[in-house]
Amino acid sequence: MRNTARHATIALSLAALFGAASLMPRIAPAEGTNMAAKGREIAWNRKKGNCLACHIMANGVSPGDIGPQLMAMKARFPDRKKLFDQIYDATKRNPSTRMPPFGKHKILSNADIEAVIDYLYTL
Amino acid sequence: MKPIKTAIAALCALAATGTFADEKGTSTTPEEDLKTYQDYFFKRFPGVPLQEFANGIYAVNKISRQNWEAIEEFPPYEPMVDEGEAMWNTPFANGKTYGSCFNNDPAQRKNYPYWDDQRKMVVTLPLTINECRTKNGEKPLKYARGPITRLLAYMAYESRGQKIDVKIPNKDALAAYEKGKSIYWTRRGQLNFNCGSCHMQSAGQHIRTNVLSPALGQASGWPVYRSKWGEMGTFHRRFKGCMKQMRAKPYKPQSEEFRDLEYFLTHMSNGIEFNGPSARE
Repeated sequence: MRNTARHATIALSLAALFGAASLMPRIAPAEGTNMAAKGREIAWNRKKGNCLACHIMANGVSPGDIGPQLMAMKARFPDRKKLFDQIYDATKRNPSTRMPPFGKHKILSNADIEAVIDYLYTL
Repeated sequence: MKPIKTAIAALCALAATGTFADEKGTSTTPEEDLKTYQDYFFKRFPGVPLQEFANGIYAVNKISRQNWEAIEEFPPYEPMVDEGEAMWNTPFANGKTYGSCFNNDPAQRKNYPYWDDQRKMVVTLPLTINECRTKNGEKPLKYARGPITRLLAYMAYESRGQKIDVKIPNKDALAAYEKGKSIYWTRRGQLNFNCGSCHMQSAGQHIRTNVLSPALGQASGWPVYRSKWGEMGTFHRRFKGCMKQMRAKPYKPQSEEFRDLEYFLTHMSNGIEFNGPSARE
């Protein structure tokens, strides 16, 4: 329930941002916003984020089990900057991490990471 | 989990020092490494005996093991063993055979890799096969796949049951071992992995649906018929594939780097019996 409310809020604020609320296609709440949908695509793509290689994510097919399950991300990372940093270069926080430094090694662009965070915040 | 984490932290700390052989005398000896690594896997996979690690993921993953046991009933590498035997018995143009380079005994696996103190280099079995060929006026074989895997399959088959017993006889050999160890623990490529990221820290875990094999025992079963390849390949072919998957520039099969890596990695499996050729996913 809370999820739906949050999606609606994000969708509304986005719509307001683009000033074209009535023209935008209706997005099913489960799909999240456009950015979140784009982020999900990046996250699931084997050549891009490939987060599923290591993390279980809702509805993601054939996930690995090396990293923690990605859920309740807003509660776990209320600070968006911290989540960005973790994806950008996880070795900063934990030098022996196995997580690739997605930003630092240019696996993902900053814009890609932002989209992925939008998606992660729907989990 | 705690001791395992501590061991990993220790290993990573070692890795961070580069060559491990620092002036303070805090480096670990190959004997100490052997114990550290093998104990790590015994703790990570309780109840799995040393020899079982020769079977890769099938030692630690029940579901994969069932498939593998079915495959082993009619091993896909069997025809290659026969082809390799034919190669062994077929004389070169000069009338000599491979046997002339190997004391007429194909069961040579236990003697490789070894430190050649004259040439100051690690010598592997595939390298020796090609040196045998060129010495007898034949062209060398390619190292990753093809005919060499047949001959290796036959020689491995004849060597089954021999124990891995890699020796580090002197300071120069130790330097090659340390180099191999440093290659093992150096993070590289766009994904920033070292070999241990997957095969120590994540051994037995899944990357997508693939199970990551433990480093212990990885040296025993070559050459391998890999379903993913649909054919046989050498140990160094797999090294190369691993590096590509890390999105790093791979070394060449039988390069000094890969020979040193093989030296280090095979030493880690000392005490395990060679069981090649083998089948893998």
